[in-house]
Amino acid sequence: MDFAQQLINGIQLGSIYALIAIGYTMVYGIAKMINFAHGDIIMVGSYIALMIFQNTGLPVWGVIAASALASALLGMAIERLAYKPLRGGSRMSALITTIGVSILLQNVFLLLFGSSPKPFPAAFEGEGFTLAGVPVSRLTLVTLLVTLLLMVLLTLFVGRTKLGKAMRAVSEDQGAAQLMGINIDTSISLTFAIGSALAAVAAVLYSSTYPLINPYMGSMLGLKAFIAAVIGGIGIIPGAMLGGFIIGIAEALIKGYISSALVDAIVFSLLIVVLIIKPSGLLGKNEREKV
Amino acid sequence: MLKVEDLNVYYDKIHAIKGASFEVRDGEICTLIGANGAGKTTILQTISGLLQPKSGKITLDGSEITGRAPNKILLQGLAQVPEGRRVFSKMTVLENLEMGAYTRKDAAGIREDYEMVFQSFPRLKERIHQQAGTLSGGEQQMLAIGRALMSRPRMLLLDEPSMGLAPILVDEIFSIIRQVNQSGVTVLLVEQNAAKALEIAHYSYVLATGQIVSSGEGKSMLTDSSVRSAYLG
Repeated sequence: MDFAQQLINGIQLGSIYALIAIGYTMVYGIAKMINFAHGDIIMVGSYIALMIFQNTGLPVWGVIAASALASALLGMAIERLAYKPLRGGSRMSALITTIGVSILLQNVFLLLFGSSPKPFPAAFEGEGFTLAGVPVSRLTLVTLLVTLLLMVLLTLFVGRTKLGKAMRAVSEDQGAAQLMGINIDTSISLTFAIGSALAAVAAVLYSSTYPLINPYMGSMLGLKAFIAAVIGGIGIIPGAMLGGFIIGIAEALIKGYISSALVDAIVFSLLIVVLIIKPSGLLGKNEREKV
Repeated sequence: MLKVEDLNVYYDKIHAIKGASFEVRDGEICTLIGANGAGKTTILQTISGLLQPKSGKITLDGSEITGRAPNKILLQGLAQVPEGRRVFSKMTVLENLEMGAYTRKDAAGIREDYEMVFQSFPRLKERIHQQAGTLSGGEQQMLAIGRALMSRPRMLLLDEPSMGLAPILVDEIFSIIRQVNQSGVTVLLVEQNAAKALEIAHYSYVLATGQIVSSGEGKSMLTDSSVRSAYLG
């Protein structure tokens, strides 16, 4: 295993973390809450994709689209039913509620599918190409391209469209945004929809790489992506993308050169180091908390 | 044009506005003056729908807007320039104006209004692609007013537009408010700078601890004893 191979593995994993981290960071940016159920949306996305694979003849892109759509609806429904009633309340109750939703989702899927891991079909089999003597699989290539494409689309949406700009306005100042006639409920719903859809895409890519899925798979994956969002600067979309790639590449290199048993410990230490040196994250600006 | 009747607003158990009633006549500049904490901002936020009143009635041109959502009230032609300007600091000047026109769909009219705003505030045009957070306080206030005008309001609520500005800028802002009014927009102005506000006001109300304690034609209030003793010194 040489360095280039490890790097490619890291970029592949990092793409997936980045897609998930975007959901954490957008929800934090706009609703000022950490959604700990976000990781479990990945798990739900994987099971939905699996069911569609097993029961329909849909091609893989159709499966991804359908799973993203279903997850987006679920994300919106969770926000509407569980989080919206707590808006304006303390941050602590919202945080605890997200943990509650996380446990609920895990247990519902435990009841539905049992605890034994289910095999996930190999969606993107085959050789890709060889880059400077290092083989890059088709799955790696697809993962990276899909991630980059979604990042470009998201950046254009947030930067150029009226709805995207309204989302930025809401994340900066809800009251002022309301005075512009922006409907905050719509903006927040849309944020959850986008975050959940990206998580579902990440779910299919992840499950194709590690093809055994279980009801708890979202916990660690979500936690890692959350760390990625914090390292990049929570609330900042490019920060989540950067953080995702950093965590993914760091993991691959640690696995390759240090020890696979120590991966998690080192990654979590990385978070602590970043928070000590730059508490607002790599791309974050040091802003004083408004009182 | 705007009529507020027996308005009561609470923050939890604190009775902030105690039965305030007043009226803003069509085409005029009306001011609401009063000391810090008198409830001026609370009243404006209740009118624009950011706060819900416990009781009372707010009507705009005869139709009731009490307790409606801010976006519905904006669509009725009532825009607010909030206290502290609250421009979107990470967005550009142009994007801020775009957000001001959020509820509108007439692209041609919106382009016209950009020009109108840039004509009134040439300095904003120079900084059109600059992030609003990098503007000076005076420029941010101009942007906040321009942003509110982008909805083509019939009535403008201004909350402490002179706050934190150098005297020369205060004069500029007040002359802009006058121009806006002369272009046909009714204005409700909330100010701590009572002397300045009374100079341009047609009619004025004095608010103290949540109640209207005095009112009268603008300039006559400059000599009103309650105003003089409490706010003008």
